[in-house]
Amino acid sequence: MSETAEKDLFSKFDEIIAVRENLLASGVEDPFSLVMERVLSPTRAVCNGRDTILLGTYNYMGMTFDPDVIQAGKDALDNFGAGTTGSRVLNGTYQGHRAVEDALKEFYAMDHAMVFSTGYQANLGIISTIAGKGDYIVLDIDSHASIWDGCKMGDAEVVPFKHNDIEAMEKRLKRIPEGAGKLVVLEGVYSMLGDIAPLAEMVKVAKDNGAMVLVDEAHSMGFIGEHGRGVCEAAGVIDQCDFIIGTFSKSVGTVGGFCVSNHPKFEIMRLVCRPYVFTASLPPSVVATAATSIRKLMHGSNKRAHLWENSKRLHGGLTALGFKLGTAEPQSAIVAVIMPDLERGAAMWEALLHEGLYVNLARPPATPANMTLLRCSLCAEHSEEEVETILGMFERAGKAVGII
Amino acid sequence: MDRAAVDTTIRSIIEPFNKKGVAITDVTTFAADLEFDSLTVMDFVAAIEDEFDIIISMNQQAEIERFGQLVDAVAAQAKG
Repeated sequence: MSETAEKDLFSKFDEIIAVRENLLASGVEDPFSLVMERVLSPTRAVCNGRDTILLGTYNYMGMTFDPDVIQAGKDALDNFGAGTTGSRVLNGTYQGHRAVEDALKEFYAMDHAMVFSTGYQANLGIISTIAGKGDYIVLDIDSHASIWDGCKMGDAEVVPFKHNDIEAMEKRLKRIPEGAGKLVVLEGVYSMLGDIAPLAEMVKVAKDNGAMVLVDEAHSMGFIGEHGRGVCEAAGVIDQCDFIIGTFSKSVGTVGGFCVSNHPKFEIMRLVCRPYVFTASLPPSVVATAATSIRKLMHGSNKRAHLWENSKRLHGGLTALGFKLGTAEPQSAIVAVIMPDLERGAAMWEALLHEGLYVNLARPPATPANMTLLRCSLCAEHSEEEVETILGMFERAGKAVGII
Repeated sequence: MDRAAVDTTIRSIIEPFNKKGVAITDVTTFAADLEFDSLTVMDFVAAIEDEFDIIISMNQQAEIERFGQLVDAVAAQAKG
């Protein structure tokens, strides 16, 4: 009897295993297995045994430890239990799921809101469901993984264009065969470099060419735009955005994702969108904390102003120290520090951790143009003094590693 | 535009991307022979789309591995 040799399906990961082993062989602390032993506040934790300032959490508005938010979660645990054990369309819609959707409709002043179990699933579900066979999706090449995966899961033709390039987007829209359905997918803030999209121009071009528009505002909710509705609100085009995707895992301070829309037929999505139907709904405590947080964010203008001050202070300070940043001006609450290569990026990340500062190390393929980035995201709860402390940490670490 | 003309035009577009000066035939592969990474593919595809005023969607790109397949795909769209 002859035997066929088994092919190891893991051989495709050999290259990434080698890169990782090389990095760890240099003695650097593993940037991708940090453990937070205790979390003290939105801006402080004990990480790998050290008291650490958190500057890479996307916890923009610091809602994770808000007393009202925590109380709402505790009450929901007491009254509704630990989980729903069911899909939204079966036994998984509790009063709290409706309440958080109502809060979203009010926050965005839109007719419909649909909550998913994560932000990833919101993009995955909405994009793959609304753009079908024969339709075209035109999207920015630097789109988030959840957008790309939504494209891949659906049957539409996928047409990327160069990052934030209005003309490249317009050319591709004009080449789409007549009569085909068109969906333009954009993000308000691009999370890698912290830059924003020229939505006023892009949404107009999309509409002029007969496309529906979906904007992911995950990194702007709560602090960009007059009501914190995002870059599309600040650009004055929110009324022309057909779908806004967002998340509870950033400014809202818990986990979950959503889509809001004024489309008259939007509610049918609850029956046809597989990542909504075929998974358990969020636990009652999560939707209760989210609803409370969203309602408090409607009145967060003071915190919002302080967050912008923090972003400007950090951006200005790092620029003055000689670091190369992702944007010339602060455009969001993300400040990306560009590293010369992965080795020095990891060394800088470790030096900062030893100083008592946590930032995100981002590397290819998640980053544009194969860059290695130290991504800093500010919180409205960072004090002015903390930002100054952070700048001192960057200065010492940058000199020790030889980047500045 | 006939296939030969498309072939000639694509050869001129590919030149700046062909860093190692690989001799190109219909069976030359973009990934293995020309060593195109994802960023190069994006720029190269955009250059071809703009030259011929066509769309080569990601779905089509996934089916195109060799130079000859690209010429066929472009020639099919650039008939007009």
